[in-house]
Amino acid sequence: MREEKNIDLESEKKNILQILETVCDPEVPVLSVVDMGIIRNVDFIDNDLQITITPTYTGCPAMDVIRMNIRLALAEHGYKNLELKTILSPAWTTDWMSEKGKEELKAYGIAPPKPLPVVCTLDAFQEEEAIQCPHCNSYHTKLVSRFGATACKALYQCEECKEPFEYFKCH
Amino acid sequence: MTNSKSKTQTQKINCTIHLADNALILGHRDSEWCGHGPVLEQDIAITNISLDLIGQARNFYQYAAELINHENGSGATEDTLAYLRDNRDFKNCLLVEQSNGDWAVTILRQFLFSVYQYLLYKQLQRSNDTQIAAIAEKALKEVVYHVQWSSEWVIRLGDGTEESHKRMLKATDDLWTFTGELFNPTLFEKEAAANGYSVDVATLKNEWMQKIKITFEQATLPVPNENVWMQSGGKEGIHTENLSYILADMQFLQRAYPGCEW
Repeated sequence: MREEKNIDLESEKKNILQILETVCDPEVPVLSVVDMGIIRNVDFIDNDLQITITPTYTGCPAMDVIRMNIRLALAEHGYKNLELKTILSPAWTTDWMSEKGKEELKAYGIAPPKPLPVVCTLDAFQEEEAIQCPHCNSYHTKLVSRFGATACKALYQCEECKEPFEYFKCH
Repeated sequence: MTNSKSKTQTQKINCTIHLADNALILGHRDSEWCGHGPVLEQDIAITNISLDLIGQARNFYQYAAELINHENGSGATEDTLAYLRDNRDFKNCLLVEQSNGDWAVTILRQFLFSVYQYLLYKQLQRSNDTQIAAIAEKALKEVVYHVQWSSEWVIRLGDGTEESHKRMLKATDDLWTFTGELFNPTLFEKEAAANGYSVDVATLKNEWMQKIKITFEQATLPVPNENVWMQSGGKEGIHTENLSYILADMQFLQRAYPGCEW
């Protein structure tokens, strides 16, 4: 009996994750909150649904919209009593982005984040690792600005095809 | 016993609010460049930095509100703390409330402050208060970018044209007197360090000065003397006239239409 209950719980958690895959980043609509690594835990505490999320960047304005969209998506599927818990630690990192998410980013025209560098230095004018152009795949690209249209992205330009593109900064 | 515990909590609240105020006021100052940046990409850069800072402020205010409500259930929120306190209740250091001036002043102010914030947050990650440690851990990643960006600008302008070099000299003249306060612990900072949830800011000074020195040398700028008279008072609520103008701008809506919402 207890095993059956556990299996039910597990399959229900899977359902919820599937619902969460429909909740997208409002700025980058090809990425779901699951792909982004924002969803840290799905749990049932005394039959009440508790979802733990972590914000990407400290000041990310999309997080409030994402919270609202998570509630709406789950309410539509009958989960009205939801506790949405936010944790700050361990800090979100682009290493938590799924491979699927990275491919979708590239297809959308945004260069996906590279693996986190081992050493994060403060030095000025560091040699940046070459970022691949998501349009023509050339590595002959240059950094225009470390800050792009959103806090998480930097602005690059391809010297081959001349197209500007954004790079999701490793964080 | 209860009195001493309550006193400790009060100082923790003060310390958390101080960290939030620093971030909010500098975030607000940086946001004043929105639409006025010298080049589009830099307009975007400084407003992104502003956003990071406001995010830090939100995290600290939310935590402070939690602590306050736990003490006396007064219904404090991040919004009441940011928008309804007056001049004398703000605990930010004087450096962050200084006017934006020209681009040289702005990027130098950012550099001087961000290096301090980097060193502070690096230590704060080890705070025995898990929430403060978590906020610092998260913010640190972003502050690294702030230091990189601002130090590059110091070098670009210092080792730039005669005009940019001159403006950097003037900016240093304007801002240097506000740097001492960063490393002079006030009462709540001393309590915080003693109780293990924050750091003794005086210990950050040497490393800070080193970074300033290296960057100024690369920028062909003379390194200022650290043993000069320094302005202070911000952390105790005694501010320059700048803060009143900032609050008049930032708080007007909430104070004129209390409880207004989108």
